[in-house]
Amino acid sequence: MKRRENNDYWDIVVKPKTTLFQLNLKEVWNYRDLVMLMVKRDLTAVYKQTILGPLWMFIQPIFITLIYTFTFGQANLTTDGIPPILFYLCGQTFWTYFADSLTKTSTTFIANASVFGKVYFPRLVMPVSVVISNLMKLGIQVTLLTVIYVYYYITTSQLQPQWVFFIFLPFIIILLGTFGLSLGIFLSSVTTKYRDFNFLITFAVQLIMFLSSVVFPASMFSGTKQFILLCNPVAGCMEAIKFIICGHGTYSLTHLIINIGITAITLLLSVIMFNKTEKSFMDTV
Amino acid sequence: MSQPVIEINNLGKQYRLGQVGTTTIADDFKRWWHTVRGKEDPFLKVGEENDRSIKGESNYVWALKDINLSVNQGEVLGIIGNNGAGKSTLLKILSRTTSPTLGEYKIKGRVASLLEVGTGFHPDLTGRENVFLNGAILGMTKAEIRRSFDEIVAFSGVERYIDTPVKRYSSGMYVRLAFAVAAHLEPEILIVDEVLAVGDLDFQKKCLGKMKDVSSEGRTVLFVSHNLAAVKSLCTKVAFIEKGKLFDVGPTDRIVNTYLSRHLAQSSLKRKFEEQDDYDNDEFKLLEYEVQPLDGSENIFVNTAIRINFKFRLKKEMASFYTGVHVNNLYEECMFITTASPTALSEGIYTAGFTIPANFLNDKTYIIDAYFVKNSNDIVSVAKKLIKFEVSDTQRVEGQFMGEYIGAVRPKFEWQLNNTNQ
Repeated sequence: MKRRENNDYWDIVVKPKTTLFQLNLKEVWNYRDLVMLMVKRDLTAVYKQTILGPLWMFIQPIFITLIYTFTFGQANLTTDGIPPILFYLCGQTFWTYFADSLTKTSTTFIANASVFGKVYFPRLVMPVSVVISNLMKLGIQVTLLTVIYVYYYITTSQLQPQWVFFIFLPFIIILLGTFGLSLGIFLSSVTTKYRDFNFLITFAVQLIMFLSSVVFPASMFSGTKQFILLCNPVAGCMEAIKFIICGHGTYSLTHLIINIGITAITLLLSVIMFNKTEKSFMDTV
Repeated sequence: MSQPVIEINNLGKQYRLGQVGTTTIADDFKRWWHTVRGKEDPFLKVGEENDRSIKGESNYVWALKDINLSVNQGEVLGIIGNNGAGKSTLLKILSRTTSPTLGEYKIKGRVASLLEVGTGFHPDLTGRENVFLNGAILGMTKAEIRRSFDEIVAFSGVERYIDTPVKRYSSGMYVRLAFAVAAHLEPEILIVDEVLAVGDLDFQKKCLGKMKDVSSEGRTVLFVSHNLAAVKSLCTKVAFIEKGKLFDVGPTDRIVNTYLSRHLAQSSLKRKFEEQDDYDNDEFKLLEYEVQPLDGSENIFVNTAIRINFKFRLKKEMASFYTGVHVNNLYEECMFITTASPTALSEGIYTAGFTIPANFLNDKTYIIDAYFVKNSNDIVSVAKKLIKFEVSDTQRVEGQFMGEYIGAVRPKFEWQLNNTNQ
C-alpha cells in the first residue's frame, strides 16, 4: 500500500448535500472493469440455457418485420417509397434500441436494490452498462439490416442513400439512445419513491411507439401535425435515419435543433433526479 | 504514528416512519418550498430520539444523531449497542449505501464492506464469471481478480464446479465461493456487520481469522456484533451506541462493562418484599433475596462465583424444612435443581443461600424459581420466576473457540493431556 504523506488528504468526503450536477464520471471510469463485466453479463446471461442463443437477436426483428409487413401491407399503409420489409425492419431495429435503453434503465434502482443496499459503487455504472450493451446489441442487429439493405440496393433503385450525411448517423444514434437513457433514469429515480410510474412505463412505451413514426412515415401527416410529431426526438431520429440511409424521410435542421434541445433538457432533469435519488434511495425504495 | 483514517463529524440520519404514502407528497412539497425560499428544512427540527419501544409523537425519528468519532489507522473498532440502536445505520452510511441527513465524514483509503457475502451473484452465470463480477462489484479491478483468481478458487474449495452456474451450487458452496472473493479484497478499511451470526463454525472462524489478518497488516476494521466475546477478543477500541447516540467510546474492557451494566440493570439483583401480599401466608413470609457476585463487581461473568441468598421469616415451628431452587433458562426449561438438607427450625428470621461456583454457568439468562418446603414435600411457599439474571461472556484467549457455547452450563473441568506414545 502506498503511504500518503499528506495528512490532510481524504479519499472520500461525504456530506448530506452536494451540488446538483455532481456526476462523478471519474469514479465511473475507475470502475470501468465493472462496467464491462456488467455489459458481458447483460449480453450473455439472458442466453444461458437456450439452444439458439444470440440468434434470438435476429429472430425477434425478423418475425416482427414479417408480421408488420403482412398486416400493415393489408391495411395499405404507405412506406414512403421504401420497400416495406426494409422500412419495418429499420423502424423495428432502432425502436428496440430506444425502447431497451428506456425500459432497462428505468428499473436501475429497484432491480438492483439488493446490491446497492450492500455495496457501494457508482450507481451510474448500471445505466451506463445498459446503454453500452444496447449499443452492442444494436451493432449486431444492424448487420441483419445491412444484409437486407444491400439486397434491395442491388436489386431495386428505390434507395437513394445520402452519403454525405452518413457521418451524422452515429450522432443520431447517440441522440436516440441518450433520450431513452434520460427518460429511463428519470423514471427509475421517481419510481423508487412512487411506484405509480411502474404502471406508466409499461403502457407508455407502447404508446410512444405509435407516436414515433416507427410503423408509418412522417409524410403521412402534413402541416402542424407533422411539425409536432417530429418534435418528438424518437420520431425525429427515425425520420433522420430513414432519410440518410434510404433517401426517403421528412426531416429538417429546425427539428434537429428542437430534438437536441428536448433531449438536453430531459438529460439535465434526469441527472438532477438521479443525483438526488442515488444518495438516499435505500431509505425510500 | 497512527493517523485518523475515518473522521465523523456531527453525523445524523433521520427516517420517516410508516408507509411512504400520500403524506410524503405534502411533506416533500413543504420541504421543497422551504428550500426554494432559502430556508432550513423544517423537518430537521422535528424528530425524536430513536427508542423503538415508546410510541412517539412525531413521524420522524433520528436513527443516529450527533455522532462524532475518529478511527485511527490499524484500529479494530467494535460497535455495540442494543437492537435498533443505530449500529447498522452507521455502517450503512460509512459504506456509502445511504447518505447522512446531517453532518459529514471523511475516509482515507479504499473501503470494503462485508455486510453480506455473495452480493450481485447472478444465478445463471458460472462460478468463474461470478468471481469476476462479484470482485468488480466489491471494487477490485479485473487485473487484481485475475491475479488472485487461483487463490480464491483454492480457498473456496469448489474447483470442480467453477464452470457450473452458481444456481446449481449447494448453499454451502455458494457461501464459500462468495466469502473467498470477499476474503481476497485488499481494502484499507474493512467493514464487517454481524457476519458471525450466520454461517457455520468453519465460516465464523474464517471471518474472524480474516479480520485478524487485516488488522495485523495495519489496516482498519469496523466490526458490529452482538457477540461480546468476539468483540472483546478482537477489538482495540469500542463505541457504544444507545438510542442513536454515541454513548461512550474508549478501550474495549471499559466500554463493554459500561454496556453490560446499563444493559443488565433491568434485572435487579436484590429485592426486598415489604408489602403484605408478596409470598406471605400464615406460616411463611419471604423478606428478601439477593444475588451477589463474589468478586465484588456488579456484573456476572462466566468466571464469577455468585452467592444467592433468601431471607425469610418462619411464623410457625417446622419439624422439617428446606429451601430449593429450580434454575431455568429463558424458555422455562429446567436446567438443574439444587436443594438444602431438611432441618428442624423454630420461629424466627433465617437466611438460606448457596454459592454457584465460577466457571459453571454458561453465558445465558437464567431464571430462578424458589421453593420453600416442609415435611419433605408440602410446599409452604413457592416464588416462581423470582430472580432473573444474565451471565456474560469473558474475553476469550486467542486460538480459543470463538463461537457460541451451547449447553445449559459451561463447567470448567480439570483436563489432563498425557503423551501416551509407547
